[in-house]
Amino acid sequence: MDVFFSTFLTGANQGLLWAVLAIGVYISYRILDFADLTVEGSFASGGATAGIIMSLSKDFVATGAAAGMFMSVISILCAIVVGGLAGLVTGLLNTKLKIAPILAGILTMTGLYSVNLMIMGIGTGGAKNNIALGPIGTLFTKIGDVMPIPKNYIILIIGILTAAIVIAILYWFFGTEVGSAMRATGNNEKMAKAQGINTQNSKILGLVVSNALVALSGALVAHQQSNASVTMGVGAIVIGLAAIIIGESIISAKFPFWARLASIVIGSLIYRIIISYIYLAGVDSEYVKLLTAIMVVVALAIPLIKEKVGPIIKKKREAKNKNSNTPSDSEPPADNETNENTLADNAEETNVKSAKEV
Amino acid sequence: MLELKGIHKTFNIGTVNEKKALNDLNLKVEEGDFITVIGGNGAGKSTMLNIIAGVFLPEEGDIVIDGVNVTRLAEHKRASMIGRVFQDPMIGTAANMNIEENLALANRRGKIRGLGWGVKKGERELFREKLKMLDLNLEDRMTTKVGLLSGGQRQALTLLMATLIKPKVLLLDEHTAALDPKTASKVLSLTEEITSEQNITTIMITHNMKDAIRYGNRLIMMNNGSIIYDVKGEEKKNLTVKDLLLKFEQSSDGEFANDRMLLT
Repeated sequence: MDVFFSTFLTGANQGLLWAVLAIGVYISYRILDFADLTVEGSFASGGATAGIIMSLSKDFVATGAAAGMFMSVISILCAIVVGGLAGLVTGLLNTKLKIAPILAGILTMTGLYSVNLMIMGIGTGGAKNNIALGPIGTLFTKIGDVMPIPKNYIILIIGILTAAIVIAILYWFFGTEVGSAMRATGNNEKMAKAQGINTQNSKILGLVVSNALVALSGALVAHQQSNASVTMGVGAIVIGLAAIIIGESIISAKFPFWARLASIVIGSLIYRIIISYIYLAGVDSEYVKLLTAIMVVVALAIPLIKEKVGPIIKKKREAKNKNSNTPSDSEPPADNETNENTLADNAEETNVKSAKEV
Repeated sequence: MLELKGIHKTFNIGTVNEKKALNDLNLKVEEGDFITVIGGNGAGKSTMLNIIAGVFLPEEGDIVIDGVNVTRLAEHKRASMIGRVFQDPMIGTAANMNIEENLALANRRGKIRGLGWGVKKGERELFREKLKMLDLNLEDRMTTKVGLLSGGQRQALTLLMATLIKPKVLLLDEHTAALDPKTASKVLSLTEEITSEQNITTIMITHNMKDAIRYGNRLIMMNNGSIIYDVKGEEKKNLTVKDLLLKFEQSSDGEFANDRMLLT
């Protein structure tokens, strides 16, 4: 296999496993409008929980493929529960103690650092800052034992399956009464309350689901690299945002909800594949975080830049068109959910229309 | 139907910005009443509605709706009894959700929300019929995001949402103030149509004295956090804008006199 293709495959693997994290971040950041930094801690919690269960199970589980796979699944389910609990803490801090979203997330994240050390230290009587998933192997190696497929392809298949299942469940969930109430809470809290929605419960549940997904991602990544560490979640929120923003740039707000979730997976894939090639080019992993941060800043600034520069370009173009005396095709408005302009423009259009109707 | 007993509400207690918004407010609303509320800025009109809706809790006093003391009941729990339309058309609806989703949220006001579908098939017909009543052609745009509607359309939709499940009290907080005159009168006549058809007890704040006289069966004027004028029936029907302005002046004159008394 040539290096170029294997790098692509590594990127795709990472992209799929981290996509679950990005979907989790999407729930808090976009749907609940809650900038939740718990993610940095709950991702590592997911890895740590999966790690300790795999590591401890060597003492009482036969090393057969079936037993290994069973324990792998158990370890991932436990990670999901731990992540959900982390989200619950942040949710309670925010709704019951009225601590601001960012601070509530930071507090949980900080506390989780110690919790994660303790989780990984279980059985050693102390704290540990990393853990190997142990001699019984991981989810992916166990599947490899029964199916003669290279590990990279197993991860690819499991990654796609996981992402598809997560998207299907969330698509269903956000169509239910509870899911609709959650969307309304994030979109317009005053309206939600006026319609009798318990917005505190909506937020708490949203954060639980979000962090459960983040921990699931952490557990999968731990299984993939056969190792979990207390620092594995550093920068996770920015990576999640990068995937969301890249995804949003390739589709429009008119797309159905499931397509928007799928776009996050594609965003995560694009991001990770780019990063793998950057590593291939010999860039040190420490610098990649800076690159990612800059990338996200630029992406976040694009709507603003469009807003400021757009009219200037339009004017210049109109002036040019006047000179050349050709009729101008006015540019269609950008389809971006975050683009306030679009909403305002359309509202104005319909305003005129409604004035006639009224 | 609705009773406010000795309500006191002060904002920013213990700071230099301390402001007494409601001062021993008493109001008894009968079933089917349509009350218009007028008063200057800071008279406590909006605070009164927010106290009824549970956005703020009063320091003193009791709020009783249909025999139930709701004084300490959380906003979302009270919502089962209360329909609200706000001054800002953006507040009453969820912009990122479509028309039928918004209506479905309203159709579950006061009910337990479970894992059933957010919008049920049978509901769509009901929504279509109700939207037809608005006469804004919204029934053909049920899957349009509400953020794409005009302010007037959103306000009409909010009104429909507030009354989809008949509320015990409908609270309208200057709900036409942000609209152009033509749209405002359309929304007002819709308000009258819906409230009289279902005999909904309504409290409507307005800055427009003509509207205050024209609509409803009872009119109250507020100043400094209490009711200073309360008319109903024939007496209200015969009011003129001039009468109201005179009342306004009298009330502010009285205040002025008090100030002078303090100074001397």
